[in-house]
Amino acid sequence: MPVPFPFSAIVGQDEMKLALLVAAVDPGIGGVLVFGDRGTGKSTAVRALAALLPKMRVVAACRYGCDPEAPELCVECKARGEAANAKTKLAPVPVVDMPLGATEDRVVGALDLERALTQGEKSFEPGLLARAHRGFLYIDEVNLLEDHLVDLLLDVAASGQNVVERESLSVRHPARFVLIGSGNPEEGDLRPQLLDRFGLSVEVRTPEDLATRVLVVRRRDEFERDPAAYVDRWQREDNKVRKRILKARERLDNVDVPDAALERAAQLCMSLGTAGLRGELTLMRAARALAALEGADAVDDRYLRRIAPSALRHRLRRDPLDDAGSTVRVERAIDELFGA
Amino acid sequence: MNARGPSMTPAQSAGHARPEASDPPSTWADAALVAALCAIDPTCGGVGVRAGAGPVRDEWLALLKSLLPTDAPVGRIPTHVHDDRLLGGLDLVATLRAGRPIVERGLLVAADGGVVVVAGAERMSSLVAARLATACETGEVVVERDGITSLSQARFVVVALDEGSADDERPPTVLLEQLAYRLELDTVALRGTFTATIDDDDVAAARARLPGVTIDEPCVEALCATALALGVPSMRASLQAVKAARGIAALAGENAVMAEHAAAAARVVLAPRATRLPPAPADEEQATPPDPPPEAPRDDAEKQSSVEERPLEDMVLAAAAAAIPPGLLAQLQIAAALQARGTGGGRAGQEQKGGTRGRPAGVTRGEPRRGARLNVVETLRAAAPWQAVRHRLRAAQVGRVLANAPRVEVRPDDFRVQRYRRHTRTTTIFLVDASGSAALHRLGEAKGAVELLLAECYVRRDRVALLAFRGRTAELMLPPTRSLVRAKRSLAGLPGGGGTPLASGIEAGLALADATRRQGDTPVLVLLTDGRANVTREGQPDRALAESQALAAARCVRVAGFGAILVDTAPRAQPLAAKIAEAMGARYLPLPHARSKELDVALRNVNVRT
Repeated sequence: MPVPFPFSAIVGQDEMKLALLVAAVDPGIGGVLVFGDRGTGKSTAVRALAALLPKMRVVAACRYGCDPEAPELCVECKARGEAANAKTKLAPVPVVDMPLGATEDRVVGALDLERALTQGEKSFEPGLLARAHRGFLYIDEVNLLEDHLVDLLLDVAASGQNVVERESLSVRHPARFVLIGSGNPEEGDLRPQLLDRFGLSVEVRTPEDLATRVLVVRRRDEFERDPAAYVDRWQREDNKVRKRILKARERLDNVDVPDAALERAAQLCMSLGTAGLRGELTLMRAARALAALEGADAVDDRYLRRIAPSALRHRLRRDPLDDAGSTVRVERAIDELFGA
Repeated sequence: MNARGPSMTPAQSAGHARPEASDPPSTWADAALVAALCAIDPTCGGVGVRAGAGPVRDEWLALLKSLLPTDAPVGRIPTHVHDDRLLGGLDLVATLRAGRPIVERGLLVAADGGVVVVAGAERMSSLVAARLATACETGEVVVERDGITSLSQARFVVVALDEGSADDERPPTVLLEQLAYRLELDTVALRGTFTATIDDDDVAAARARLPGVTIDEPCVEALCATALALGVPSMRASLQAVKAARGIAALAGENAVMAEHAAAAARVVLAPRATRLPPAPADEEQATPPDPPPEAPRDDAEKQSSVEERPLEDMVLAAAAAAIPPGLLAQLQIAAALQARGTGGGRAGQEQKGGTRGRPAGVTRGEPRRGARLNVVETLRAAAPWQAVRHRLRAAQVGRVLANAPRVEVRPDDFRVQRYRRHTRTTTIFLVDASGSAALHRLGEAKGAVELLLAECYVRRDRVALLAFRGRTAELMLPPTRSLVRAKRSLAGLPGGGGTPLASGIEAGLALADATRRQGDTPVLVLLTDGRANVTREGQPDRALAESQALAAARCVRVAGFGAILVDTAPRAQPLAAKIAEAMGARYLPLPHARSKELDVALRNVNVRT
């Protein structure tokens, strides 16, 4: 793999970076959708995140990357009778890239072809979902992905379990991952059912001021001339972000969500008419993760305000008669509620 | 070594025929420069070459090949190549022969270090384009297919040969975005091409020099500012311009990017993407025309002075502006329309994928060809009962039991392929009467009705298209798209007024519906009109003839068997509109009743019927 561009060297795109960090602090938020112009560093940010994430502890012998401290292990770990005394090792958090043209058998896992052909044996070969367990699954051009694959991914992402019942195989393994999708709206919209499943949604835009653009180009040019040296130079900054994620994770459970904040969130969702409770829940969780990132003890208006556009903009009912974009509508509602 | 400038024109190379005066002096020189830059730095992505098939294009391709290392592979990719050929997959024949999985290299991996030529790129499907673009960007191909997982290096230059004749036939934007350069070779005369200005030694030297070439802040700034001034929003274009500038400097034998290198980079990377003309320069600059390097026999002193005379940015911008193709403004509308089309690429040849995509729908006996996917388990299952028989037969043939005989003998008869079922998409074509008679009363309400339907289409993931007719002709306002936002926008901008060329309108709808059906979609026509046809097909005002033509056109819709709805937009139901609806075989809905629910139900029924 080529060296990824350092996360902290990405110029601007604060909303996208924040959403990724929030998702890294609390994977339960449910994925991030990044939609926007081409060439705005969507893929770069996701791949950079992979390099940034702190390592995780896994059961050494487990091919699904089981967490030794998880209450439930995969079938294979259980069969080996492994528990707290299992041999463990540190492994990088997986950030699995879903390549275009991936076939379903490689996504969910399938019969091990080699063994079937050479030994005539049936055995399960884990797919991308297994590899992404406890990490991130990244789909670039998510709106070009075939619908049935998207459905499948969302089902697994929601249930945390991959169940393979095909080719006379019956396998079930844990697959909890944060889904990150990116795409360009010019290629077509995403189905509303699908939009709603993503926890956060951010819009990225090409920077328009010269200074920012020059900085982007300069940094990219420096990086490409000598990637390794450039990454070294940003090591300290990246370490800082890594520490921030780790600290926020520790703090997360102790961040208080006062009733006032819950009420605010509910009011905001009501005024926007978001359907269902998912919007409110995501908004709360995301605000809590954000507060943890900022080192705060409790969620207050500041955090709600900052994360609300990402948490809610894709949950608004599409109104063909309203010309304002959903971002504008969320901001309007926020200003009304919190005061400009 | 010979540090000749990259921008030296054929005219400057002694001993060669001077190109005719009518030739744009720098087009071929720039084309040669682009070829050299591709050979120097393959991370540029490649070139979109817009030119008809012909000797000039061949000459350029030959030039590119001559500049590449001698063993560089040159791959050709058909526009509708399947994933197993493009990315690689299981080589079935070899796999069965060997009795273990044998991976077949895809075309992209095979082209590593060389060139991928895509002929007819304007017809390329956006799915293929997206795969190419990803490989271009990352320099590698990741395969997760048919039980195979692999990652291979694939750094190549894409040459997208764009033979589109109409202005809206362009390669998909997802691919073009990755390619640093654009060339238009149709204006180059063959005579001008027989002059080699850069040879492979220059390129090899430049390639070695490239990693050490630096670019300073002012040059980067000048390129970024030029991109902004020309309305090139993509950051990638600016990055590509910087890369190109370094390549040009390397080719010139310099270790740092100079102003003129940046100017040349702006000319070859930014100018072809310009979406607007730069703001008018100050008087003083108009007096001194930009000196694109071709006409400047440069020595160091002159170079210095030209840089000092005016700010670097202006010089770079001027160089780019000079290279902006003529007729840019006329093309802008087309560019906007292209953007509105989303995928950008021609869909003309998009094949029916019903058999190879979608939800699994059973297994059938057949060859795993043309993208059909082999179902391995079913194939093995089919082969299993015959194993004993086949082993015995083989032993009998050879006369003994072979030690290394494959354990499982699979014959072509056993092949089982996966079948897929895919919902055919519906494309709803709105045919809106925007004439004076309709506009005065109800155009606003008609728009409202369309918007209600749009929301329904959105939920069902239908595509929508918008045709409007008024005055003398019908006009395609929005080609089929799934973007609700765009549909809304073009509807809002719909002007009203003029006569009612109903026949032309229906015929335009018919043509679009036909094209849609050829793409494998199910078209549904929604005609919004008051039925008062008063302009003939020829554009003449003649009510009686216009009505009979409209009825004739309507009957064609019925004959073609398209589902249709006619929404009568007149304040009171019009007998003529009802008559046309009948002739079309369309469901007739007078607008007072055409509330959202009814429209929706009507649309649903039409879908079921077709």
